[in-house]
Amino acid sequence: MAIIIDKDTRVLVTGITGRIGSFHAQDMINHGTNVVGGVTPGKGGTKHLGLPVFNTVKGAVAETDAELVVSFVPPPFAADSIMEAADAGIRTCVCIADGIPAQDMIDVKRYMRRYKAEKRMRLIGPNCAGIITPGQAFAGLMPPSIYKPGRVGIVGRSGTLGYEAASQMSAHGIGVSSSIGIGGDPINGSSFKDILELFEADPDTDAVVLVGEIGGPQEAEAAEYIRDHMTKPVAAYIAGLSAPKGRRMGHAGAIVSAFGESAQEKVDILKQAGVTIVPTPSSFGEVVEKMVA
Amino acid sequence: MDIHEFQAKELLSGFGVNIPRGGIAYSPEQAVYRCSELSGKSWVVKAQIHSGARGKAGGVRVCKSEEEVWDAASWMLGRKLVTHQTGPNGKLVSRLYVEEATDIAQEIYLGFVMDRKLERVVVVASAQGGMEIEEISESEPDSIIRSVVDPAVGMQNFQAREIAFSLGLDPALINQAAKTIMGCYRMMWETDANMVEINPLVVTGSNEIVALDAKVSFDENALFRHPHISELRDKSQEDPRETYAGDRGLSYIGLDGQIGCIVNGAGLAMATLDMIKMAGGEPANFLDVGGGASPERVLQSFKSVLNDPNVEAILVNIFAGINRCDWIAEGVILAVKELDLKMPLVVRLSGTNVDEGMKLLADSGLDIETASSLAEAADKVVAAWRSTDSAYAEAS
Repeated sequence: MAIIIDKDTRVLVTGITGRIGSFHAQDMINHGTNVVGGVTPGKGGTKHLGLPVFNTVKGAVAETDAELVVSFVPPPFAADSIMEAADAGIRTCVCIADGIPAQDMIDVKRYMRRYKAEKRMRLIGPNCAGIITPGQAFAGLMPPSIYKPGRVGIVGRSGTLGYEAASQMSAHGIGVSSSIGIGGDPINGSSFKDILELFEADPDTDAVVLVGEIGGPQEAEAAEYIRDHMTKPVAAYIAGLSAPKGRRMGHAGAIVSAFGESAQEKVDILKQAGVTIVPTPSSFGEVVEKMVA
Repeated sequence: MDIHEFQAKELLSGFGVNIPRGGIAYSPEQAVYRCSELSGKSWVVKAQIHSGARGKAGGVRVCKSEEEVWDAASWMLGRKLVTHQTGPNGKLVSRLYVEEATDIAQEIYLGFVMDRKLERVVVVASAQGGMEIEEISESEPDSIIRSVVDPAVGMQNFQAREIAFSLGLDPALINQAAKTIMGCYRMMWETDANMVEINPLVVTGSNEIVALDAKVSFDENALFRHPHISELRDKSQEDPRETYAGDRGLSYIGLDGQIGCIVNGAGLAMATLDMIKMAGGEPANFLDVGGGASPERVLQSFKSVLNDPNVEAILVNIFAGINRCDWIAEGVILAVKELDLKMPLVVRLSGTNVDEGMKLLADSGLDIETASSLAEAADKVVAAWRSTDSAYAEAS
C-alpha cells in the first residue's frame, strides 16, 4: 500500500472553508482521495464541497472515523490545530503552514509525548507540500499529475524541489510509491530517518530518493540509519552548495550554524554511508534510473 | 530579527538582569554629556551595529577623559564597521551607547539557543567568557556547561543554581547568578527570541553580576504576537535589497554574483543557485516568489532583483504546483515592458498551465529565451551573461 496514505485512508481537512483549504480539498477529491469531511470552528453542521463540516476534530472523528488530518490552518493557529488532531486520536497529521513560531513547535512536540508511542500521532511537516501515493490519494498541495505510480519512494524537505525530482523520474519512466514532504522548518514532526524506516519496511518500495538541504542534523542522522539498517538503495541530493554560512535560505530551517550542516559536509556524510549522490538538481532522472536498473 | 545591544540590555533589565548604567548618544556632544550624567572616571563608548566582534573593528573604546570620549564618538559615528559578521560592506554606525566602565573580576559566557536536535531550549555556559563560543568550544571544550529546559514547565531555579555552581562561582554569588540566568530564560521565552547571548557576563570587583554585552535575535515567525518587539527593528542595519523585497513579502537574500534569480520554493531556489554556479556563473540573489504568485508579484520580484546594480542577466525558474505558469508568464511580460528590461532573460516554466505560459511568452514578441529543464535554463543564462559586454570586460 506504499506508505501513510492510500485510496482508503479517511482524510479530514482542517481549515476546509478557507480559500486555500477549500481549493486543495477539491483537488484532493478530484484525484481520488477519500476526503470524509472538514473542520472549521463555528461552521459545524454546514456542508462544504458536499462534505460535512464539524466544529471540532473530536466531533469529526466520532462521525466519520477520520484517520488522517491535513491542516490548512494559518501559521499563528496551526500548532493548536496539530494538538487538537493529536488529542482526537488521529493517526497522521499533515501540516502545510509555513511560518509557525519555533516555540509553538517545541510545545507541539512536547504535547505529543503525552501519548504512548503506539498511540502517538505521526506529524508530517509543518511547512511542507504534503504527501502523495500516486494514482491513489494525496494530502497537501502538490500537482499530482507529475507523479507516475511506481516503486521508488521520495522524501524531501522542499516542495518544488521534490516536484523537480518526481518529474525528472517520470521522464525517465520511473514511478513513485509514495512521496513525503517533511517540510523546511527547523523543528518538524517526522525526520528523514522516520520516513526512511517506513520505506524500508514497505513491500511496495524498492529504493528511495532523499532530497535534503543545508541546516540541521537530520541528514546526518539519516546517513547513520541508512548505513546501519537499510537494505534498499538510497540516492540523495542536498540543496545549498552555494549558500553562504549563517544566512537563512528561505526555509526557516535552511541555515548553516554548526559543523556538519553545510551541503558539502552532508554530501560527504551520506556518501560515506553508501548513499548514491545526485550531483546536480537536474540529474535526479539519470541517477535514479541507473540506481534501480 | 536582530536588535541592538542597548535594546537587548533594556529588555533584559526588565527581567531582573543587572546591566551597567549607560545611555544613547547620536553625536559626540551627547556622548560627552552622557559621561557627565554617569559621572565617574572612565567610560566605554560602544558602536551600535547588528554584529558581534565590534571591539576588533574599533567599535568599542574604553575612555578615561571626556576628550577621549569625544574623539571615539566622532571616529565611530558615520563610519561603516567591518567585522566577520557584517560582510565586506560593513554596517553603518549611527548610534552609540555610552556606559560606565565596569571593574571586571571574572568573565563568563552565557548563551540560550533553540537546539534543533533536542527540540528544546539549551543553556550553554562557560567560565571562559570574553571569547566567542566557537573559540571556547575549540580551545576549552571541557569548560562548556549545558542544561536542557523542559518546555512543559520551563526553566527551574535548581537548574540555574546548578549552572552557577558548575561555573565555580563564589557561594555568595549563586543566588544572584541564578536570578540572572532565570531572567534571561524568561526574557527569551516570553518574547519568542531564538537566541540570547550574554558575553561576557561579568563578576565585578564589588561582587556583582552584570551583563556587559547582550545579543538577542527573535523568531520572525512569532513577531505577529509581539508588536513591541517589531518596533525594535532597525532597517538601516539590513541589506537594503533585502528590506525592499521583504517589505513586499518576498523572501530575498542578496549575494555577490551577476545573475539575478526568481524561483518558486526555497529548496528549488537553492538548487537553482547551485546549478548556476555549476554552469560557471555566480548568482546575485536568492528569491522565492512563493505560491500562487500573481503577475503583480512577479513584477515586484523583478524590481527586487534589479535593485542590485550588479545584476547583468536574469533567470526565472518556476515549477508550478499551486502557481500557474500563465500568471508567471504574464508577470514576466509585464515586467519586461514596464521596466524596459534590456539584459538577457531566460525563463524556465514547468508544471501547472505550462503550455499556456510558454505560448504567452512566444506570442509576446519580446526577446525572452525559454528553457524546458533546469540544466538547460542554467546553461542558457550563463551563456547569455557571458555574452554581455561587462562579462567580456571582466574576462579580458
